[in-house]
Amino acid sequence: MSDTRLIRRLEAHGLRFAPAQAWNRMRLVPVLRDEVRDDLRFARREYSEWAAVVSLEGELEGRGLKYVSYVPHGMVVTWGQRQSDAVYGTRLNVRDGKKVMAGPAPVRLLHRMVHREDKNQLRMLPLHLAMEGFLAQHFGGPEVAWSEYSRDALTSGLNPRMESSVPGWLSSVLDGALRTFEVHEKQVGLLLFNADELLSAFVVSHPDDYRVLHRTLLEDFYGELLLQYGYLQEVVELWTPMDAKRVSSLGDLRAEVTRMREDWGAFHGFMAGGLFGVEVSSQKVYEAGPYLLQRFHTSLVPSEENHLGEAIVGKDGTLQYLKTYRLSAAQTRRAYLLQQLAQSQWNLDAVAEHMGSTRQELVTRIQNAGFGYLLKAHVLEEARRLATRGR
Amino acid sequence: MALPAEVRIEQVAREDLVMFVNACFSCTGQREFYGDARGQSVSIEFLHQYILGNYRRLYRRTLAAGINHFNQAQIILNLLAAGSPVDPAERAEEGALIAAALRRLPTQRAFRVLESLRSRHVNNRRSRAIVREYLAGRANLAFDAVKYRSKLRAAVVHGHVKLEGEFGPFLFKGWKKRVFTQPLFESFRRAHFAQEALYELPYTVAEGLAQKHGVPRDVFLQRIEPRLTQAERLRLQESAAREGGVEPAVDLSRAPLTKLALYVLSLKAEARASRREELHTALEGSAARVLARASSSLGKVAAVLDRSYSTSGSLQKRRRPLAVALATHYLLSSAAREYRAFWTGGPVEDVLTVSARGQTDLATPLLDALEWGAELVVIVSDGYDNDPPGAVAELTRVFRERLDRSRRTALVHVNPVFDAEEYAPRSFGGAVATVGVRDAEDVPTVLGFARFAEGTASLAELERYLSGRVDSWLKPQVHEGADEVEA
Repeated sequence: MSDTRLIRRLEAHGLRFAPAQAWNRMRLVPVLRDEVRDDLRFARREYSEWAAVVSLEGELEGRGLKYVSYVPHGMVVTWGQRQSDAVYGTRLNVRDGKKVMAGPAPVRLLHRMVHREDKNQLRMLPLHLAMEGFLAQHFGGPEVAWSEYSRDALTSGLNPRMESSVPGWLSSVLDGALRTFEVHEKQVGLLLFNADELLSAFVVSHPDDYRVLHRTLLEDFYGELLLQYGYLQEVVELWTPMDAKRVSSLGDLRAEVTRMREDWGAFHGFMAGGLFGVEVSSQKVYEAGPYLLQRFHTSLVPSEENHLGEAIVGKDGTLQYLKTYRLSAAQTRRAYLLQQLAQSQWNLDAVAEHMGSTRQELVTRIQNAGFGYLLKAHVLEEARRLATRGR
Repeated sequence: MALPAEVRIEQVAREDLVMFVNACFSCTGQREFYGDARGQSVSIEFLHQYILGNYRRLYRRTLAAGINHFNQAQIILNLLAAGSPVDPAERAEEGALIAAALRRLPTQRAFRVLESLRSRHVNNRRSRAIVREYLAGRANLAFDAVKYRSKLRAAVVHGHVKLEGEFGPFLFKGWKKRVFTQPLFESFRRAHFAQEALYELPYTVAEGLAQKHGVPRDVFLQRIEPRLTQAERLRLQESAAREGGVEPAVDLSRAPLTKLALYVLSLKAEARASRREELHTALEGSAARVLARASSSLGKVAAVLDRSYSTSGSLQKRRRPLAVALATHYLLSSAAREYRAFWTGGPVEDVLTVSARGQTDLATPLLDALEWGAELVVIVSDGYDNDPPGAVAELTRVFRERLDRSRRTALVHVNPVFDAEEYAPRSFGGAVATVGVRDAEDVPTVLGFARFAEGTASLAELERYLSGRVDSWLKPQVHEGADEVEA
């Protein structure tokens, strides 16, 4: 029987969207929670090193699969029935991983993406968790030794698999937007729109934690969309007109203001429709008491908007934690290709047929996506020749 | 019957001037919460040049409108740089206005103006005369010479001013001269060699010399204490506590209202709670003193006060918008027959504990204020409302259109923040008059100015208003040096 806490469709139950605050080309939508529970708390842990190496299998310094990235901060999650404020924060500063020098560069070696530190406490690397899951997908390469694949592809698959992303502090606009943003009293999260494209969603379970974690959004990484639309100076200031005809008393006026506010919530829900309400494939990562930590991705169809993410869902199915990453178009194409290849056991002809194209087109596509090294040279050459002749 | 073109010209002139005077109340060329300092100074400089070029008479009369010191200094400088008008009557009025404005400026600002004359290469006969006259009118020039030595030297050299006695050797030789007979000069000289003489000097001068002698900060603060001015005392509260020294005692009953509000807001929550009575009395007293100077009695007044996160201001103007809101609260509560405050983010039990936090929902308190039935609603806010956005503009528009066509309720928006991109304090649309302020002390003045900002009064009225202020301003001053910051 599958776990009911595993997300199939992302829903914003128990969450409310408040009117957005716009700054330049960013639009930030506050996410509010009316019913706050305080048995799941989040805190920030800073890493000052230049890079982090996370061992996914095996010992800290032993052989095995590694995830390498710039990781400026981690998140400490504590849960429990009686998670009072006194307990909260007392055991946050335990020894975490190991610091080594790689030439001039300090590097932190970390043990696992999600590491249990105490009975009711774990340390996780936000977003990296989702990204690592994304990279690990179809990482191994072809399982059947088809003749088209290069020897490297057959022995080590897509190793090393890498993706690039944009750190938030690279965008001064995001900095300004986060600085001038006015945090609501009940706010537990934020939807980040760049030029009215949903870039990221972040939700925690407690407003106090959100206040502390608000600035970490600047250290997070985002899809290339953050730097795209650089020429678009400002998003328009949206506001809804009031219908004067419906007002004949101050009470009516109050009702109109309430309606305005609710309209905003609905509108932002609509704007975030690429994430909320669409079907996602999720995968269980860790069971933390009554909570389930999982990572997910949307359909990966290139024509749609695609997100990766991680979430914590409670026993009652409420979303207690969410952090997402918007894939760029190129990343989606790569993911889609790999997905298609894996589904057809990496058989080029079968994939081409399934995608409704020719074998040559598929090979060109694979090469354009940056996976040319998987295929033997003569296969690529043939595709290129056929393509030029066809023209 | 005036021609349409003339009507339009008059309208443009009125709008320009209202915008300018409004900007002169709020802009200081410093960083704001939403705007950076560069944009602010570019914007205000442009406005000054534009108004000076087109409406010179009104430009100089703005000096008397009660605008802030930063803009007064700018106007003085720009007028001196532009040379004097040909018409003798105009020239006389301009000269008198400049001299009076310079005399009323806080000393440090006035000396800064004199120094700027040199850096802007302004050296006409009139500016030399103004410098001479200003220096001749100083009550204790020896003190000024010590405290603003380099600025005074710049003014003297640039303006070819002859000063009698030991001023020459003091300004040009300073501590390298053998010995002075003037006691303060002599202390200044000795302080360069002996620590003991430090404590006879003004604080700002002694501070640098104490560094040179390596005097520990807490020892220095303790011993210089008797020499501190009121403003310095107030300013030093925080840093003295941080340095481990004793906080210099302040006489709260003498502090100006907005400065006092800033001081209160800089205190920790516990300190504010424990000294509640004392602070409350001081704020009330200060508000009463403002009203004694510029009396205005109001009817049933509601204040809609913003305490959202953006009122925390910027590094240069820390918590100023919130301080203006707090000070306005005290001012209106003593000026009005009936008064009530409506804060954003829900009711405030004790106004002394307010802090800048949360989003800006101005619509709810504004509705509460209207329901209470106020005759005058004063909104103190930076003009950004984001929950929901544009709500105040829409609400006031519909309110005027449907519920209050005869304008029984007056709505005034007082804005302590200058928006560089709009060349004006940000407004809530056409239904509310927006006026800029720097200090809450300006509120009585800007309430009078609000009818121009609303756009109903004519240019002639505005001119009459300004010339009336000029007349009362140029009359022999009763409170000589009442605006002086230093004791």
